[in-house]
Amino acid sequence: MSKRRVVLTFPPSLVELPITYRLVKDFDLKINIMRAHISPKEEGKLVLEVEDGSAEQVEAGLRFLEDQGIRVKRLSKEIKWDQESCVHCGACTAVCLSQALYMNPEWELDFDPNKCIVCELCVQACPLQILEATF
Amino acid sequence: MVQKSFADINAKIKAGKAVVLTAEEVIPLVEEKGPEKVAEEVDVVTTGTFGPMCSTGAFLNFGHADPPIRMSKIWLNDVPVYGGLAAVDGYIGATELSETRGMAYGGAHVIEDLIKGKPVLLRASSYGTDCYPNRSIETYITKDSLNQAYLFNPRNAYQNYAAAVNSGDRTLYTYMGTLLPRFGNVTYSSAGELSPLLNDPYLRSIGVGTRIFLGGAQGYVAWEGTQHNPSVPRGDNGVPLGAAGTLALIGDLKKMDTDFIRAARFHNYGTTMFVGVGIPIPILDAEMARFVGIKNEDIYTSIFDYSVPKRSRPSFGQVSYAQLRQGSVQINGREVPTAPLSSLKKAREIAALLKEWIQRGEFLLQEPAAPLPREQKQKPLEIRTEGVVVR
Repeated sequence: MSKRRVVLTFPPSLVELPITYRLVKDFDLKINIMRAHISPKEEGKLVLEVEDGSAEQVEAGLRFLEDQGIRVKRLSKEIKWDQESCVHCGACTAVCLSQALYMNPEWELDFDPNKCIVCELCVQACPLQILEATF
Repeated sequence: MVQKSFADINAKIKAGKAVVLTAEEVIPLVEEKGPEKVAEEVDVVTTGTFGPMCSTGAFLNFGHADPPIRMSKIWLNDVPVYGGLAAVDGYIGATELSETRGMAYGGAHVIEDLIKGKPVLLRASSYGTDCYPNRSIETYITKDSLNQAYLFNPRNAYQNYAAAVNSGDRTLYTYMGTLLPRFGNVTYSSAGELSPLLNDPYLRSIGVGTRIFLGGAQGYVAWEGTQHNPSVPRGDNGVPLGAAGTLALIGDLKKMDTDFIRAARFHNYGTTMFVGVGIPIPILDAEMARFVGIKNEDIYTSIFDYSVPKRSRPSFGQVSYAQLRQGSVQINGREVPTAPLSSLKKAREIAALLKEWIQRGEFLLQEPAAPLPREQKQKPLEIRTEGVVVR
């Protein structure tokens, strides 16, 4: 089972294209939409988690998107940090727009990898310089 | 009417009979029983905070080399140290940056490395005198090789502080963290109901000589902090509605623990230091019990627009710490996410540890030798073209 996250950026002309339908129907991919932003007359942005039985199917699906004129950026990084060193100040959560980094009810730093779009703003915002984006 | 002295409370601590609660634990008790009853039952309330405090630094005495040197320029791990004192005394400030590594490493990191017991490279130069002929030295020091190493922090433990937002179009890098454009976030830095000076809003029990928790060790209040500004608007409960009182703190670096004091770097701003401070509040009478009953919904601060590069920034109104802790606040009708910069988790650990020390009889309360100013305004710096005598 391979799972990968991709960011799709598409021009206004392609906003109407039913891409998730095509990926499911033609390529048999399981798709989870993590973040979507489409504004009229501007470009659209879609963060997808794609899951399937074979890597070939995913590659074929992504190639199809690229052929349509959609920019595909693969997210293969992960945010990691030294848990022992963390002081749980919360400064990284201030810049985490997807709220992947958050303060749990005990006011400890917590991370939801499914929400992370690997923008890496947290890496520079960490006052202790202990957050890393790793492959 | 309950009246207790510091001596009464210390006698109970020594006898192992003092009732000690943290500033969070005492809140429901004050609500339920009222201040008079709590003053009878509770002796000490412990507070805590762990936030970035730029006005932090350490005095160091290096000892004399042979032949001796009157160090005039000093560096520790390439961070400049102030040496305009006697021959081998220096002061290193948390925000001083490395001359070779820039913002990634500063005075705060040197202090952290010393506390950890790491060897630190000392370089010093001098013009040479008849009594101090040596002109240059290079060696390694550790905290154990130093004669004295003590923190003297001119301004710590701010009583309340502003919250920050950015209405502009570009990201701002500040001591309040990264502020995202177009009201992208709000940052705040206070332990709120656990914060030391918010639990004694008029500093009735805190003054010169008060024994405190500082960076994991016992320390003291040395003086009023710089920019100590008690004459600010206050709520009905006496709690300042913005930055007010401050403390100058002193404590032995050699006894500190990096669990409770840590170097920090704010991106594109510079270095600073997370300082852990805890102050015990003696419950001398019902008024003190009422003060420590303060909770986040009763503590307000203002949200200031950091995109306006002026001394007086415009405000978007007041919010309580209960609202800030919820994760978002309303500004001009829009929902803006909030994030803390000071660690509530660490603040809780500090208050709990201080409570333990007092319960075990290892930490006694110290009555102040002198009070801190209760009325005082903060002066601005006016830019003048010639000297004028102003009072």
